[in-house]
Amino acid sequence: MSEKKKELVYAPTKLRVPWLGSGCPGCGHTLAGKAIMEVIEEMGIEGRVIAVGGIGCHGLALMMTIVDRTIGAHGTAPATATGIKQALFDDAIVYTFQGDGDCAAIGAGYLVNAAARSERITIFMVNNANYGTTGGQMAPTTLMGQVTPTTPMGRDAKTCGYPLHVPEMLATIKGVAYSARSAVNSPANFQRTKRYAKAAFQKQIDDVGFSFVEILDPCPVNWHMDPVDALKWIEEKQIAEYPLGEFRNVDRID
Amino acid sequence: MGERVLIHGYEAVGRGALNAGCRHFFGYPITPQNEITEFFARELPKNGGRFVQAESESAVGAMLFGASAAGVRTMTSTASPGWGLMQEMLSHISFCELPVVIVNCQRGGPGQGTTRHAQTDYLSATRGGGQGGYKSIVIAPASVQECHDLVQLAFYLADKYNILTIVLCDGILIQIAEPVELRTIDFGPLLEKDWALKGSAKKEGRTDIIHSTRGLLGTYPQILEAMHKKYQQITDSEVRYETADADDAELLLVAYGYVARCCEGAINMARAAGLKVGFIRPITLWPFPYEIIRQKASQGCRFLVVEDSMGQMIEDVKLGAEGKAEIHFLGLLARHQGGELGMLFPERVFEEVKKLL
Repeated sequence: MSEKKKELVYAPTKLRVPWLGSGCPGCGHTLAGKAIMEVIEEMGIEGRVIAVGGIGCHGLALMMTIVDRTIGAHGTAPATATGIKQALFDDAIVYTFQGDGDCAAIGAGYLVNAAARSERITIFMVNNANYGTTGGQMAPTTLMGQVTPTTPMGRDAKTCGYPLHVPEMLATIKGVAYSARSAVNSPANFQRTKRYAKAAFQKQIDDVGFSFVEILDPCPVNWHMDPVDALKWIEEKQIAEYPLGEFRNVDRID
Repeated sequence: MGERVLIHGYEAVGRGALNAGCRHFFGYPITPQNEITEFFARELPKNGGRFVQAESESAVGAMLFGASAAGVRTMTSTASPGWGLMQEMLSHISFCELPVVIVNCQRGGPGQGTTRHAQTDYLSATRGGGQGGYKSIVIAPASVQECHDLVQLAFYLADKYNILTIVLCDGILIQIAEPVELRTIDFGPLLEKDWALKGSAKKEGRTDIIHSTRGLLGTYPQILEAMHKKYQQITDSEVRYETADADDAELLLVAYGYVARCCEGAINMARAAGLKVGFIRPITLWPFPYEIIRQKASQGCRFLVVEDSMGQMIEDVKLGAEGKAEIHFLGLLARHQGGELGMLFPERVFEEVKKLL
C-alpha cells in the first residue's frame, strides 16, 4: 500500500483567540478581522504589529487578534495609532480596525488629518452601513432609503444627506499612499480583502505613506435579514453604491 | 550645581521635560502657552525626539494615550479651552492608568474666556475633569525654577503611580523670566514598563492589551477598587506644601501659582507692619494638604484664600478646616484693573489683611 501524502490546505490562523465567539450569526466583522490576521501571519509581521481598535462591534474582532493591542476612545484610533507610531517609529507596524461610524462620523477629523500628515499607519474601516452595537442606527455609510431606527422612514437626503465615500475622498489627499475598498461577501472578495490589506501594510513597511482599506461586510441582525440574503444585499445594493477597487496606489509621494 | 541661566517659564517647562527624558510632545496652538509648544517643535528633533502638531486637543489626548501605551514619557501643554477639549481622552487615559504629563497654562474661563492668566481651572483639574470619576495628581509651580523642577517631579509621579499628572500653571508664570538652575533631578528608581505595547517580538512573544473597555469585563468593581486604593496611597504619601511665618500667625493666607508670589509680598508688608500673618502654599493641589489646614484651624487660625478666580480652591480649604475656622476670600474681582490684563497685587492683598486683623 503506497503511503498517502498529506498536504495542508487550510489551518485556522494562530493569531485568533480561540475561545472568543464570532459575534452575531452571519456577522462580517470577525471575517474581516480574520482576513487581516491571515495577512499578518503570512507576512510574518505579528511580532512588530500594534493594533488599535475603535468603539463598536468591530472591537470584538480586534480583541480576538493576538497581537499587542489597545482600545481608547470612540473615533480616535488614527490619533492613538499616530502616538504609538511616533513613539516606536521604524520598528512598529501600527494599524487600526474601526467601524464606519467610528471612522467616518465621530472619527472623521482624526482620520483625515492622520492621512494629511501622511502618518505611516494603516486604517481598516469595516462598513456594515449602520451602528451595529447600539441597535442599527444610521451611519454616514447608510444607503439612501435604508430603514434604521433613526431613519424609520428610510434615509432621506433632506435631513440625512448622502452616503460618504471614504476611500475615494482619501484618494484625493497627497499623503495617502494607498486607498481601496473591498468586501467579505464572497470567497473571491475575501481574497481581494487580503490582497488589499497586504498592499496597505506594505506601503507602511516601505515608508511610503498613509494607507486605508474599507471593507464592506454584512450585519444580518440589524439589517433584519438572514445571513445569505445579507451577502446578496452587499452584492446588489452596497457594491452598487460603493464600488470595489483601488483608488490610490503610489510607490512614492513627491 | 547645574548651569544657572535666566529663562522664561515656558523654557523652564521645556528644559525640565527634556531633563526628565521626555522626547515625545504632541501639541496644538493655543494662547498663552504657544512658546512651550514651539520650544518642543524646535528642540525635540535635535534631541532624537518627535514633535507632532495635532489637529485638535482631542487628537493630542489620543496621541498621548498611544505614546504612553507604547511606553515612552510623553506630554503636552495647553491652556484652558484646550484643556476642556482634552477631557474625554484624559478620562480614557486615567481608566487605562497610563502615565501622561499635561501642563495647563490657565487662562480666564469659562468658554473662550480671556487669552491671559487666571486660575479658573482648579476644580476641573483637581476633581477629574472628564467623565466617570477619577483623580489626577495636580502640581502647582510658583516660580520659574519650580516650572523646571516640578515638571520633572510630574514625570516621576506619573510613572510611579501610572497616573495622569497635571502641572497647573498660569499665563503669568510661563511668561516671566527668572534665574533657574538647570539640573536633572533623581527622584529614585522606577519599575520597568513591562506592560508597554511595542510588539510581541520585543517581549519574548508576549502580547499585552491596554483598553478603556475593560469595564465591560466582569471585574469592573475590582478595577475601581484598585484605582481608588492607589488614590488613597497617593493621598497618604504625596502631599506637598510650603509654609512661611505660620507658627505664630493669627491669619494664614492660602494661595498657589502666581498669586502665591503676590501673597509673599503682602506678607512681607504685613510683618513689617507688625501683623501676625503667615502663609500656606499648596504645591500639590491634589492631593490637597488638608491636614495642615485642619491643624491650623483647630489652633484658632483664620484663613484668607487668595485666588485669581471667583473662588475654587476655597472649597478645599473649607473641607480642611471642617467648619472650625473663619475663612475669607479675595479673588478675581480684586484685580488692579478690569479687562483681561488685570492682576492681583500685593498691595491689594495687604489692604484686605489689614481689614481682617
